[in-house]
Amino acid sequence: MTTTAPEDNRYARSHEYVHVDGNVGTIGITEYAQKELGDVVFIELPAVGAQLEATDELGSIESVKAVSELFAPVTGEVVEVNELLRDKPELVNTDPYGDGWMIRIKLTDLTEVDELMSAEEYEEYIETESGH
Amino acid sequence: MTNLPDPLETQHRYIPNAGEDVREMLAVVGVDSIDRLFDSIPADVKLDRLLDVPGPWSEIESRRWFRALAARNVTAVDHLSFLGGGAYAHYQPACIDQLLLRAEFLTSYTPYQPEVSQGTLQSIFEYQTHQCMLTGLDVANASMYDGSTALVEAVLLAERLTKNRTKVVVAKSVHPEYTATLRTYIQNLGIEVVEVPWGADGRVDTEALRQACDANTFAIAVQSPNFLGVIEDYDSIAEVANGAGATKIAVVAEATSFGILTPPGAHGFDICVGEGQAWGVATQYGGPYVGFMVVRDALKRHMPGRLVGETVDVDGKRAYVLTLATREQHIRRGKATSNICTNEALIALAANMYLSLMGKEGLREVGEQCLQKAAYLRQRLSAISSVLLPFAGPVYNEFVIRTPFAAAEILRDLEHSKILGGLPLGDFYPGFDNDILIAVTELHTKEMLDQFVAALSAAISRERR
Repeated sequence: MTTTAPEDNRYARSHEYVHVDGNVGTIGITEYAQKELGDVVFIELPAVGAQLEATDELGSIESVKAVSELFAPVTGEVVEVNELLRDKPELVNTDPYGDGWMIRIKLTDLTEVDELMSAEEYEEYIETESGH
Repeated sequence: MTNLPDPLETQHRYIPNAGEDVREMLAVVGVDSIDRLFDSIPADVKLDRLLDVPGPWSEIESRRWFRALAARNVTAVDHLSFLGGGAYAHYQPACIDQLLLRAEFLTSYTPYQPEVSQGTLQSIFEYQTHQCMLTGLDVANASMYDGSTALVEAVLLAERLTKNRTKVVVAKSVHPEYTATLRTYIQNLGIEVVEVPWGADGRVDTEALRQACDANTFAIAVQSPNFLGVIEDYDSIAEVANGAGATKIAVVAEATSFGILTPPGAHGFDICVGEGQAWGVATQYGGPYVGFMVVRDALKRHMPGRLVGETVDVDGKRAYVLTLATREQHIRRGKATSNICTNEALIALAANMYLSLMGKEGLREVGEQCLQKAAYLRQRLSAISSVLLPFAGPVYNEFVIRTPFAAAEILRDLEHSKILGGLPLGDFYPGFDNDILIAVTELHTKEMLDQFVAALSAAISRERR
């Protein structure tokens, strides 16, 4: 079964998405990633004002199975953090592209977004990665 | 060069690496001799010859020789001892050692399979529960190596909490060996250790603390009772740390003090670490001991080490499992909260047994006896002319005296009367050569204390002549 990645997002190989609106990118993890992780129990995110470089570690996500690193798909300054996740980390499982978003970044370089995968490319990528 | 046999040329009886294997391994790491691997050990402490053991002998002869050699040791068992400074001789209920002999406790320190480890898990859970009750904090881990490494882990934990701060402020009156261990661990981590002196009463100089704490300070660490035996004022220290937004770490080296002192958790401290040896563990030549770490709930996911939690099984019955293990090294490898810690399950079990046997009232009584006997000895010693109490702050069971004579001389004299009169403070703090650190526990009787007073008085008179 394939998961449908929204067309208007861009995707990183490390399974984060970025949804760009003007010069602000909303970042979270994909449906595929949340399914692989299993029940999310804790998320560690940067503070508002933090400067992130693309591919920097931005935080960590803990599921009942493992703790994994989260990576910034783009460069910029953190302008908002999803405080809801502090008490309801399961939103990442139930609504990864909606209420389960993690941080908003003011993008430094909009062209970085073009280097990320489209929804279609990402779907192909996870097909290959999951081996079926 | 050394007079030791060259491992490249001789096959060691118990180490199966052939010379060729050793050469190959050395080539991979890029050194030309085994000796080079030990370069970081200072030459003056490195033994460059074989041990001076005569023989060859039969087992009977060897045992006889070693027994005679061992009999030359001076021990706290055949002397009247007032040694403390991080290792304290308290009463151990006899059943502790007897129960620890059970073979199933000796190796089963990693209860990853809860279905076959309920006993071990329950004992660790009980140990953790005791730690929380005693320190007034929320979450304890399954134990650490010892007090010094527990302090290191507390500092590393605090550093993880704050990004971009690099300074930890440590009271000079924290056990100097703990601080030395801290410096060793952090030397390549870009962390700066700043030490803050004590004031005239032996407590942390809060004005100096205030000056040392700034926006770059991620934590402060104080010990109470401190290495001078003086009980710190947690509240005034916490106030300074709060002003700088620093994590507050309390270190406790004399763990029976929890029996009568208000715990650091009640004074707003975030982390309490220390040495659990005083909980019914013999001083046993300096180890193995057991470190403890307890933190506020908000810090639990940053805490290193193993943690046991209570849950229910499929039938709804109480059961115990390892909890938050996803942050440990067997799962998270290099990114684990710590790759340099483990638990001291056997010694933690001894501490758990001690605390269970003593209970709230027993531990309080140990504390009261220590306090009162130390107060008696301190008062009697200070009545000897020329004995001073250099630090006026309140004490628990340990205190410093100062005489006009070198502590080393006085202590050597006392040894002739089979008394180990305490630790020379100058061994830990240069310049305090006339000061002696004296520890008293519930094991001392009034007669023993009076004997010490008489012996010290006589030793001082002899020095005077």
